[in-house]
Amino acid sequence: MSTMAVPDIAVAPVDEGFWTRSRKVGLTLLGLGLLAAVLFGALATDQQARFTLSDDAAGAALEINGTIGAILFGIITIAAGAALLAGVPKRWFLPVLGVGLVGFVLSFLCWQVSAAPAGQNFMPLVNIIRGTFILALPLIFGALAGVLCERSGVVNVAIEGQLLMGAFSGALFGSISGSVWVGLVAAAIGGALISLLLAVFAIRYLVDQVVMGIVLNLLAIGVTGFLYERLMQTDAEKYNSAPRFSNWEIPLLKDIPVLGPALFRGNIFLYLGLLLVLVIHIGLFRTRWGLRTRSVGEHPIAADTLGVKVLRVRYRNVLLAGVVAGIGGASYTLALYSFTKNMIGGKGFIALAALIFGRWNPTGALLAALFFGFADQLATYLGAISSSIPSQFLAMLPYLATILAVAGLVGRVRAPAADGKPYIKG
Amino acid sequence: MEPGEIHALLGENGAGKSTLMNVLYGLYQPDEGEILVDGKPLKLKGPSDAIGAGIGMVHQHFMLVPVFTVTENIMLGAEQVRGGIAGFLDRRRARREVAEVSERYNLRVDPDAVIEDLPVGIQQRVEIVKALTRDVDLLILDEPTAVLTPQETEELLTVMRSLKAAGKSIVFITHKLGEVKAIADRITVIRRGKTVGTASPEASRDELAALMVGRNVRLTVDKAPATPGEPVLEVAGLVVDDDRQIRAVDGIDLTVRAGEVLGVAGVQGNGQTELIEAIMGLRPVLAGTVSLAGDRIDGWKPKKVLRAGVGYVPEDRSVDGLVKEFSVAENLVLDIYDRPPFGSGLALKPDAIAASAKERIEQFDVRTSSADTAVGTLSGGNQQKVIVARELSRPLKLFIAAQPTRGVDVGSIEFIHSQIIRERDIGTAVLVVSSELDEVIGLADRIAVMYRGRIIGIVGPDTPREEIGLLMAGISPDAAHEATAATGEGPANADGSASEDEA
Repeated sequence: MSTMAVPDIAVAPVDEGFWTRSRKVGLTLLGLGLLAAVLFGALATDQQARFTLSDDAAGAALEINGTIGAILFGIITIAAGAALLAGVPKRWFLPVLGVGLVGFVLSFLCWQVSAAPAGQNFMPLVNIIRGTFILALPLIFGALAGVLCERSGVVNVAIEGQLLMGAFSGALFGSISGSVWVGLVAAAIGGALISLLLAVFAIRYLVDQVVMGIVLNLLAIGVTGFLYERLMQTDAEKYNSAPRFSNWEIPLLKDIPVLGPALFRGNIFLYLGLLLVLVIHIGLFRTRWGLRTRSVGEHPIAADTLGVKVLRVRYRNVLLAGVVAGIGGASYTLALYSFTKNMIGGKGFIALAALIFGRWNPTGALLAALFFGFADQLATYLGAISSSIPSQFLAMLPYLATILAVAGLVGRVRAPAADGKPYIKG
Repeated sequence: MEPGEIHALLGENGAGKSTLMNVLYGLYQPDEGEILVDGKPLKLKGPSDAIGAGIGMVHQHFMLVPVFTVTENIMLGAEQVRGGIAGFLDRRRARREVAEVSERYNLRVDPDAVIEDLPVGIQQRVEIVKALTRDVDLLILDEPTAVLTPQETEELLTVMRSLKAAGKSIVFITHKLGEVKAIADRITVIRRGKTVGTASPEASRDELAALMVGRNVRLTVDKAPATPGEPVLEVAGLVVDDDRQIRAVDGIDLTVRAGEVLGVAGVQGNGQTELIEAIMGLRPVLAGTVSLAGDRIDGWKPKKVLRAGVGYVPEDRSVDGLVKEFSVAENLVLDIYDRPPFGSGLALKPDAIAASAKERIEQFDVRTSSADTAVGTLSGGNQQKVIVARELSRPLKLFIAAQPTRGVDVGSIEFIHSQIIRERDIGTAVLVVSSELDEVIGLADRIAVMYRGRIIGIVGPDTPREEIGLLMAGISPDAAHEATAATGEGPANADGSASEDEA
């Protein structure tokens, strides 16, 4: 090489100042911890707070004195906040944040459980976990449908409609045929039909995808509502009495304490949902299909120049999304309830929030969905022990958290770059 | 095309070079005519057919997925898979292949780096490796040097020579004469979609330029020495962020005097855009001051800045400079439509607008069928003349021109340059920002080189190109000076660009 002396080029680091995101979150956590330790500690009673490892008050339980628990867990949150404030390595940010939030929730629970009326100051963990998953299930399916669609660059606001159409088709054809499996297939097709409309209008006719999604939701509500009144209400016996999947116990796994009875004695939809999270995650990041899907969602022109058929990938993924959401809808009508008008009631939009909260990742979406499910379940539980906090207030919290998350509090949220942008060749 | 030949395709912007190559790569379908490979006609239905026929292309705007790794980008579309129908990616094999190809052609890339973290020069290298892993015999490079520093360009030319030695044919699309002369075996010049001639690399620059534009043009700007007066624009300690809240301008001090042209050179994306936008009030100033003839103007609204006597040619005319759907006449009064004689109270005065438009269309040689034609239908050069006409119609203290001749034909370039110099000569302070180094050297009385948000050096217009090139790559003035002095002629030296790669 030559003798030329080239000084190192000084790279000016991007200076964020003292208040990095991590520190701001730490400060918030510190505040929450103080609130927990002082307020929850003061309000908690000297009763034991019992967390039973069963469906009811009986059996083994984790116990802690209410006041001590509330203060102790509050202090854990304070410690986590202080750690973030002092500065931790980047990869520890999420775990520490997690510990802090869990501490806050536990402190809150110690107060609530210990302050409950006598005879009710226990929390049945099996019950809570099972409820969390059941409530989260449509969100999991919905968010996965969102992942499939949006990773290929098509915004899916029609999740609500896909879920609803799936629930309806499942109920209708399940009832007519008397077979849960026919119902399941019909539900998948029903969801895919809504998807087909979304695909054709968004990909072929370049209609604004968000507007199209909203229109499809309204269409699904209208069509199912009309048919519900005409068919199901007039002859519920024939059209709205679908058979239901029975619960399947999974050998060995069902005997795990707490988790076994909570999760592994459930129905096919629970297993299917969890399996799909795994399959889609691996598929997206480990297979040819996933690589092409992501490339089409990020930079369709680049994919095209390498011979990837952009539109075909998008059609396929949008249809798959409909199938997944359709099955998610059937998790209502082929396992829990009979069909009622507009029975999804906005869960499709919450699934959309879970998708964003989970950063367009299948596992992230699962965690977000479980978080929403837990908040829902908690609200029900607090209602049952006649808590002093209005349940509406609690039901509000997950959405508040979503807004904060989407605003960038928990890391930069970045959608696939070509999400919502139609691809026009040439 | 012969095997092992570098064939340059030379033509002005909009001459049809890229379109031709997109047809060759199967992205566009030909309306007529055919493509022959080894004497046989070839039907290309899409890029995969072209790849199959051994044709690869490095596009002007890189076709890389920013959030993917190098390996992922290279394997996309030709994935090695295992596990039958499931199609699990065989990353290890792909990575090995990338390493192999980059070894064989001496194109160093890190297979696991994420594209968006890489400098442009390396991204281009990834593009070339991508084509080579697909076993191409013919590689099309579309304007590959547009985004490179002179050192990176030099390195690219070395790579092209080694590819040629390996028996690959290369089509090199460009409008830069110097590079063509340096590397091409054969030159085809096209103009307005037609081949107008072939030439050998021994042809002189002037001959090639004449072929390109169809008449003899001057490549230099005629101007008298400047007579600088009082400072007009004074920028001190300016700090500005870009759209992603990343520091783009990092403490800049700058003075432009009346009657001089200060040229800002630099590879695109080193803060030039943000600097200009901050001066114009289009972007918040985080620290520092901007003064116009003694008055602080930072924090002013753009309208107030314009009215204070600043003329502004924005770098992207279709986004910031013009309302494409509006007529030429309307675009000519966008700045003062609400002032007499063009407007009073709530009303516009169409007659006054039309009369003034007619006059200025003539004065600035805007080629349009009428003043009522939508400005979007005009050619790039004429659109740019509309902007220049509008901005120079006000009495100015300061004239800012960002990329004044981007995407503009040679004839219009000449005209716009002469207008800029004319404005300087009547005593206006002029600030020109351009990523075309030749343009900056031709126009400027002083040249400020920007690198990573700082001004790394201010030099005179007769500074050797190579020294400015080193500055553009972030090598400080003293070192740059020593380097050119030491090696005599400088730019071919690989060290400068290597250190840029590692930065």
